[in-house]
Amino acid sequence: MDIAYLKEKCNQIRIDTLKEIHVAGSGHPGGSLSMTEIIVSLYYYKMKITPKNPLDPLRDRFVLSKGHAAPIYYAVLADKGFFDKELLWTLRKLHSPLQGHPDKKKLPGVDASTGSLGQGVSIATGMALAAKMQGNGVNVYAVLGDGELQEGLVWEAAMAAGHYKLDNLTVIVDNNGLQIDGSCDQVMSLLDIGKKYESFGFTVYDVKDGNDLEQVIEALDAPSYGKPKCIVAHTVKGKGVSFMENSVGWHGKGLNDEELNKALAELGGK
Amino acid sequence: MADLIATREAYGQAIAKLGEVNEKIVVMDADLSHATMTCYFADKFPDRFFNAGIAEANMTCMSVGFADAGFIPFVSTFAIFGTGRAYEMVRNSICYPHMNVKLAMTHAGISLGGDGGSHETIEDIALMRVLPGMTVLVPCDANETYKAVEAAAKIDGPVYIRLARMATKVFDDMPFEVGKANVLKDGKDAVIFACGTMVECAFEAAKKLAEDGLDVAIVNIHTIKPIDKDTIKTYAAKCKNVITLEEHSVIGGLGDAVAEVLLEEGGYRIKKLGVQDEFGQSGTPEELLKEYRLDPESVYQDIIKFLK
Repeated sequence: MDIAYLKEKCNQIRIDTLKEIHVAGSGHPGGSLSMTEIIVSLYYYKMKITPKNPLDPLRDRFVLSKGHAAPIYYAVLADKGFFDKELLWTLRKLHSPLQGHPDKKKLPGVDASTGSLGQGVSIATGMALAAKMQGNGVNVYAVLGDGELQEGLVWEAAMAAGHYKLDNLTVIVDNNGLQIDGSCDQVMSLLDIGKKYESFGFTVYDVKDGNDLEQVIEALDAPSYGKPKCIVAHTVKGKGVSFMENSVGWHGKGLNDEELNKALAELGGK
Repeated sequence: MADLIATREAYGQAIAKLGEVNEKIVVMDADLSHATMTCYFADKFPDRFFNAGIAEANMTCMSVGFADAGFIPFVSTFAIFGTGRAYEMVRNSICYPHMNVKLAMTHAGISLGGDGGSHETIEDIALMRVLPGMTVLVPCDANETYKAVEAAAKIDGPVYIRLARMATKVFDDMPFEVGKANVLKDGKDAVIFACGTMVECAFEAAKKLAEDGLDVAIVNIHTIKPIDKDTIKTYAAKCKNVITLEEHSVIGGLGDAVAEVLLEEGGYRIKKLGVQDEFGQSGTPEELLKEYRLDPESVYQDIIKFLK
């Protein structure tokens, strides 16, 4: 594992993500940036991916349950060669395969169509159960937003994952603490996320800094003891761009030219 | 006449039998396997049966995981929950990415009996047929159910199969092709387009109409989507008086599906018989059908009134 390389990747992915959203004129920068280290750890270190054969049945599955973070997902998939990187600049445009929320029918590399919160992790649970049944060694990773945990379906899925002891399923909560109408605790208190998952039969890892690659990777590599794994990653919404960090306003908003330039200057990009 | 068999019973037997020859089939249920009759499959193939517990939304999305792995999941619960409670999961997780999932839902309509209006689906055909890419099948008897289940497994994409709790007549074996309506009886004075449990009712009503000298055609529309436009147009043109008959709301169901086909045609009248924009209630199946004017006598009277 080359942490310096992964760090550089994170930076590049952040830059591409912001450029996408800038060209699109709308999108979700805050929740994309907060999960940068999570998705980079998965795609550049942990997961078995097959860009040349995107439907390889033996590939690991990734489900972006918080589908609104599509821009960073696309930046990673493009960099990994699932499709031509030029497509990134068509995000949210008419006839683009890069829909506002991931569409598996339109874009190679997308394992599940998501966007309606709560459904992705439930699909991932089904994928993990199917893989267990086939005994094919496939692992399934789902990234959820913390606000998403307010959806009851998330807990229906957690109950099933615990019941079926899906030790090939990893649920990662991008715990950036903010949602559209304010902080999660203002809108609908989440209380102790880890304890909740533990009580549903998960092995839980609390990652103090979810924007620290080494901490994220340590949790990804940690044992799950025959149970599904939940990683609660404490992240910063808008991480990497000073004026976006911990700002509710940057949940779902495009960047103008000036904002993009300012952000790129901070990230050392052009 | 053969014994009466509910289409849910036929479904349970069909899927258990199909499981023998098609190893890709897995079945999911939400704690109702002894009512949807997926228990037969569960007994025979315990490794391919998954109980989701009382969590229909999760069952619906989890089935997508099985489809993703190349299985053919048949998902069953009561129609009210499978098409209602889990509606947006059916829409976004199954239909939007066109996943190969079969929704075989039982206890549809008002004839399920004592459970009452909370459990009686009068809107499921409407909800399912409005979804792009969804095939909607409403088999009329045990034989047709068997064929519908077989056909559904061969379709690459989402299929909704509407099944009933009430035991109904088993007709002589009929051909079954998805999207091709079955003309069960020819006629010239009127045509009844019926589906599901109401096909038997159409026959009984037609017998009474025949006593009045009226020659009524009966067409079994087992596929609501894609609907057989040609047969509908042909019989509307021939008989002029069009009656639709379904154990479903007259809003959005078979009646509207037929009417949509005929919108651009002319020279006919349509009467939609079904549940008239109201909820069901408790009662015996016979009482309920009578209450909502879906028994042969009421249907006969409503058709006579329409033809006058």
